[in-house]
Amino acid sequence: MPVHAYTPNYTGVVRDRVENFHGNQIVYAGWDHHLMFCAAFAFPVPPTMTFRQLRDEVMAEGFEPHPEWPQIDWAHTTWLLNGESFVPQLDVALIDQGIDHKSLLRFQTPDLKGFQDAGV
Amino acid sequence: MAAKKLSLKDKYSLLTRDLDWEFSYQDRKAAFPFEEFEGIKITDWSKWEDPFRLTMDAYWKYQSEKEKKLYAIFDAFAQNNGQLNVSDPRYVNAIKLFLTGISPQEYQAHQGFAHIGRQYGGVGARVACQMQSLDELRHVQTQVHAMSHYNKFFDGFQNWSHMQDRVWYLSVPTSFFHDARSAGPFEFLVAIGFSFEYVLTNLLFVPFMSGAAYNGDMATVTFGFSAQSDEARHMTLGLEVIKFLLEQHEDNVPIVQKWIDKWFWRGTRLLSLVGMMMDYMLPNKVMSWKEAWEVYFEEAGGALFKDLARYGITMPKYAELIDKEKEHVSHQTWWTFYTHGHAAGFHTWIPTDEEMDWLSEKYPDTFDKYYRPRWELARKLEAEGKRFYTKALPQLCTTCQIPMLFTEMSDPTQISYRDTVYKGERYHFCSDGCCDIFKDEPEKFVQSWLPVHQIFQGNCGGPGVEQVLGEYYKMNLGADNLDIKGSPDEKRWKQWKGVA
Repeated sequence: MPVHAYTPNYTGVVRDRVENFHGNQIVYAGWDHHLMFCAAFAFPVPPTMTFRQLRDEVMAEGFEPHPEWPQIDWAHTTWLLNGESFVPQLDVALIDQGIDHKSLLRFQTPDLKGFQDAGV
Repeated sequence: MAAKKLSLKDKYSLLTRDLDWEFSYQDRKAAFPFEEFEGIKITDWSKWEDPFRLTMDAYWKYQSEKEKKLYAIFDAFAQNNGQLNVSDPRYVNAIKLFLTGISPQEYQAHQGFAHIGRQYGGVGARVACQMQSLDELRHVQTQVHAMSHYNKFFDGFQNWSHMQDRVWYLSVPTSFFHDARSAGPFEFLVAIGFSFEYVLTNLLFVPFMSGAAYNGDMATVTFGFSAQSDEARHMTLGLEVIKFLLEQHEDNVPIVQKWIDKWFWRGTRLLSLVGMMMDYMLPNKVMSWKEAWEVYFEEAGGALFKDLARYGITMPKYAELIDKEKEHVSHQTWWTFYTHGHAAGFHTWIPTDEEMDWLSEKYPDTFDKYYRPRWELARKLEAEGKRFYTKALPQLCTTCQIPMLFTEMSDPTQISYRDTVYKGERYHFCSDGCCDIFKDEPEKFVQSWLPVHQIFQGNCGGPGVEQVLGEYYKMNLGADNLDIKGSPDEKRWKQWKGVA
């Protein structure tokens, strides 16, 4: 039963449909083992944005305060898209490489262990 | 001729059970339409044992006596400038959190109990819930009156009712109660009466009231004491409902267990706020969150669940995970507020050296390893003149609405991510507990009002975060929010105390 409701066949209004975001979609981005940021970030971005723009402009805005951000070697960074391993194509639109509404991107930089090597 | 005085027993009977009547020409089921849809089977309402033998006239008498004492103390507190006796201006932020996060939920509890106090077929349960409803209304009133004095001297107290269903972190307690109040009457009572009031309430009230006592806040201590006898009644109601449901029909057992699992999980997530209050916000500390959890849940709750085992009820699901999380959640939660200090309606700060040593001592397995480095980074940035405030908005859990700040207990520097797809839409969760709750009732939780998404949809003003905070939340920016260092609260305190 999808809900235990008094009204028969009750269905809820999906509050976060992509149509409600005025042309944007939500993309979440989290840097594994870097807890200076308490949680992954949520970004409203056009689905046609390229991965390069997302990474270098949008994500940079959020992650740039971290002392290790400038040291990231993107060639050796690994990614997960919704839990599956993923190789981003820098100049392809997000939506054309499967990064759709409310997708979660996680990236790993195993050589950078966070502030004081403590995962911060 | 003098009227004959009724015996207590007769009076009790006339003013409670005797208020019910037989339905001779109306369908009883139509009068109590919400009683069956949850699947709970009640075979005999007369088996309900009234948890507190109190009639309305006695109730008014007791409560008015308590009110007289309470308001006399509030008056004395105000006349003696009681606000000057708190330990440190940082303390006042703990009660800002109480007023904005908890007092409005007392009002929601009042509304919820008033609703179910109409909906049960059994008159004993109805009367008990109506009295609890009045208690809850009294609690919100006394809390507001107690704290109104602080509102004259400190920032951040002025817009609590406006903020309740708008501010990102206040959506956590607010949505908790919305979930309970939009459930059926039996789930509401298991959620609020049992899981919250009976199992977890000591973890809310004892820390706040002892915290107030340790930090010179007589007003808060007094409303706490004044609410205590009410809370004791609420706990007996919570326990009675569980026993009654379990004794009525064996088919009720799995339903009740599922509700206990759900509301225990939701309650512990909500109490993360209390954990950070105890470990970080109280200048004079009472005990650590971990110790409180051990005393009030592991010992007291453990005994309770042993007692309920004869009905086939087991410990709430994921209790063993919480046993590990008690070492982490307060640190993770305060870090979240510290890094979002520009968006909080109270002040935040870095713990002092002495406080960090206390945290190391209380959390020998986790603080130095995982959390001290975060504060050292914060200190380094502050010393460089770059007090760290997160710029982007966090991902939230669809169920508890808390930023996804919790980590894997097998890997404490890794955020815990869970997700599920329902009708083609992806939903994210902080934990298996929150994910399970969604999967059981997706049509309910697809409606989650997630503050971050609402901002992005343009429903909270804007376009910038500043406008959302100032205009939509009505925070007084530069006064209510940001670090305690350099705040107007701190400046005024120093003036009053004559220190530089």
